[in-house]
Amino acid sequence: MKILIVGAGQVGTDIASSLGENHDITIVDEDSDRVEEVTYNIDALAVEGDGTSMEVLRKAGVEEAEMVIGTTDSDETNLAVCGSAKTAGDPFTVGRVKKRKFLETWEPSPGAFGVDLMVASNVLTAEKIVRLVVTPAAHDVDVFSEGTVQMAEFEVDDDSPVAGETVAEADRFDSLTFAAVLRNGDVVIPSGGTRIEAGDNVVVIGSPESVHDFAADVAPSDTPDKSHDIVVFGGGEIGEDVASLLQDRGFKPRLVERDPDRARELAEELTDTVVMGSDATDRDFLERERIGDADVAVCALDSDEKNLLSALIAERMGVERSIVVTENTEYAELFETVGVDVAVNPRQEVAEEITRLTQKERTVGLALVGSEKAEILEIEVDAESVFADRTIREADADLPDGVVVGAVSRGVQFVPPRGGTEIHEGDHVVLFVESEVHDKVLEKV
Amino acid sequence: MRVDVDLRAALALVGTVLKYLSVAFLLPAGVAVYYGESVVPLVTAAFVSALVGLGLEVLCRGGGDLGGREAFLTVALSWLGVALVGAVPFIVAGEGVLAQPVNAVFEAMSGITTTGATVIEDFDAHSRSVLMWRQLIQWLGGLGILVVATAIFSELSVGGAQLMETETQTQNVNKLTPRIEETARIIVRLYLAITVAQTAFLYSLNAVGLAPRMTLYNSVAHAFTSVSTSGFSPEPRSIEAFAPVVQWAMVPGMFVGATSFILIYYLTRGDVSRLRGSEEFRFYALALSVFSATAAGLLVLDGTHATVEENVRHAVFNVVSMLTTTGYASTDFNAWSSAAKHLLFVCMFFGGMAGSTTCSIKMVRWLVVAKAFRRDLFNAVHPDAIRPVRLSGSVVDEETVRDTYAFVLVSLVLFFAFAVFVAVDSERASVAIDEFEALSAAAATFFNIGPAFGEAGPMGGYGGFSEATRLGMVIMMWVGRIEIIPVLVLLTPTYWGR
Repeated sequence: MKILIVGAGQVGTDIASSLGENHDITIVDEDSDRVEEVTYNIDALAVEGDGTSMEVLRKAGVEEAEMVIGTTDSDETNLAVCGSAKTAGDPFTVGRVKKRKFLETWEPSPGAFGVDLMVASNVLTAEKIVRLVVTPAAHDVDVFSEGTVQMAEFEVDDDSPVAGETVAEADRFDSLTFAAVLRNGDVVIPSGGTRIEAGDNVVVIGSPESVHDFAADVAPSDTPDKSHDIVVFGGGEIGEDVASLLQDRGFKPRLVERDPDRARELAEELTDTVVMGSDATDRDFLERERIGDADVAVCALDSDEKNLLSALIAERMGVERSIVVTENTEYAELFETVGVDVAVNPRQEVAEEITRLTQKERTVGLALVGSEKAEILEIEVDAESVFADRTIREADADLPDGVVVGAVSRGVQFVPPRGGTEIHEGDHVVLFVESEVHDKVLEKV
Repeated sequence: MRVDVDLRAALALVGTVLKYLSVAFLLPAGVAVYYGESVVPLVTAAFVSALVGLGLEVLCRGGGDLGGREAFLTVALSWLGVALVGAVPFIVAGEGVLAQPVNAVFEAMSGITTTGATVIEDFDAHSRSVLMWRQLIQWLGGLGILVVATAIFSELSVGGAQLMETETQTQNVNKLTPRIEETARIIVRLYLAITVAQTAFLYSLNAVGLAPRMTLYNSVAHAFTSVSTSGFSPEPRSIEAFAPVVQWAMVPGMFVGATSFILIYYLTRGDVSRLRGSEEFRFYALALSVFSATAAGLLVLDGTHATVEENVRHAVFNVVSMLTTTGYASTDFNAWSSAAKHLLFVCMFFGGMAGSTTCSIKMVRWLVVAKAFRRDLFNAVHPDAIRPVRLSGSVVDEETVRDTYAFVLVSLVLFFAFAVFVAVDSERASVAIDEFEALSAAAATFFNIGPAFGEAGPMGGYGGFSEATRLGMVIMMWVGRIEIIPVLVLLTPTYWGR
């Protein structure tokens, strides 16, 4: 497929490098340094110029492109790119936006602005954070098959009841598959006898209920109920969305915003959230409001540094769990090393979402696990697939090592994947795949 | 001193109001003709009204546009002017105590402000046509004379919203349509329709033989003063004169009169959601129920009336009457126990919903104050929390919250100050009155209720008070009805200067 990407920032280059091997990529960017970087580092054609200019788009081959992705830092530019591309040819257009207002316009009338698919980073990030909040101890939660299947990555603590158990012992749930154990940066595909150790990260795939139940097993004390005390630092768009999604689920979060006007605006908007007007790092304020008693702190302030600082202060005061937004992809791992429980990167969310759509036509879902050493794929089974009308055991024999069938969904029905489960055309299969065997697997399924 | 208020514009408009008021005298004049009474008082009044009105219009021609400042003056002077002109028939007729100008003005002001406080001692001394004028003037005052004026004069299309806002002291008149005079017309038509329905309902009780005393005359007279929550009755014993079924039948009329006309409008269009979603309406209904039930309980416990039905009927009727600021009485509640009387006294401070014909402080203000105070208590524990006050789901801005606090406070201060005035002036004039009677008389006039306790009770009148007290009451009825600010602002030097 010919894919034209406008914007060679983190998201643009991420998408380009993950798609580069199978597709013809052209990247357009105004910045000559970035263009140069792309030319040397990625197997893609880089064009320098303004992505909203027809001349530049033509030069980049917009007429022949099957897909155009607008992913510059400016929402308006991205929309203009999609609109312009539509006038030049008939590509599938993907527009990345930060602001929710564009998504609100687009959602009821898809195709608005000439955008076929709109990916809103703030909304995706907020949704991700909320999934993490309601699934305690999880580092990562993603949904597949329109919510029928969930994937979650948990960290197993010393005091977790699961620590020391074998996988067979820990697997008390029908609809749950242990896809992988991440130990010291390595991916281990577990068998029934694999012992789970404290400090491991466990990746499970299953129905949302079973994932939630397993979460309670991993960290019994943290299972959230409606009285769960959640503090959101920062009333930007992500903070607002997180609070709003939490209220929709019946929680009564607290939101801390420094700017009095914005705080007032938020207080008027969010009916079930207690909005506080204060600096997130003001110790007097934090003590007065007993922030230390909170179960979860979500840090969504306007800079990575402030987020890290406020998360560390919150943890020091006694908050059990911190979820931090980081704009810089490279910080995510560092933050988790110094004490932040989970770092969420909006750019990664967007890159995953966009890549998910372009991977392969039948690949409808994707998530990256453990620093991209493995990924979760959701595929729709067609007649040529190795799965078509075979049991999982039969298909597994034809697949390389490093693949686990995590879940099967038929329509909106969750099908527990057992060796004897027969898979049919049209089913969705959620696979855990190690990056090394990714291409081999894609050929077969 | 330079005056920066466009006096001409304001006075010309007052003139226009008075000019059209002359038409209103036709109805009681017709009654006079029907009963063979003298039409002279009413025709004279119509002439005076037209003459003063035209005179003001001619003298003050050439004024500019009506602005926010002029609106205060127009509102204040229109109500005063209508009260003065409205007193003319009483003076000219020269019947009973109303022959005295102070009494006539008291009665007219009590009428137009929908108070319902009376100085009449002997109802038989008055002709039916003059008494009908007394009822009609209450109906005219019910909606607020400038709402009616806006509906009638299309030249008020721009200033009208300003006037209606000033008159009712509510932020942003809820415009039902983009054109303000259209909104005013809708409300006036609704008012007319409810009045006609109430008349028909009352008269139908007579027609089926349930209410022999509810003649057509009485039906019209009581429809005028129940829907407008004002409370005059041509019967000396107020509603006690009628059968129990009539007393029950009057309750819905008062209830509807004190319900927001905006809500009623949406209800007539089949939109129930606004009524259901209105916190003010729920609060209004709740307050009525709680007060009625408590009063009924007290009366039953005391055995005040003979049967349980009587106790319940009188409790419900008089609570509704006092709380909606109507001022009818189904019995002489002076004879009730002290507890029950104090309960009725407390009702005086509520009033019905904003945007209705009711007076007093009004439910919406109490609700905002209660919510704001609960928020303040929350903020005492969480000083950094930002909590907007919400009413029926929408946010009340902080300026309105502050204004509401101020309004309630100023109302109560004025009420207490006036109560002291009544007590002191009565002492001076050797009028025997106790403190509860002084307090209730001050509240009943300032909050436009009507009857108080003691001498000025439902079966008595205000004639016993000194002339100075009665004049004070005339002013307080006026100030209270137009919600204080339009009058008080005229007393500030900044109003007249830059």
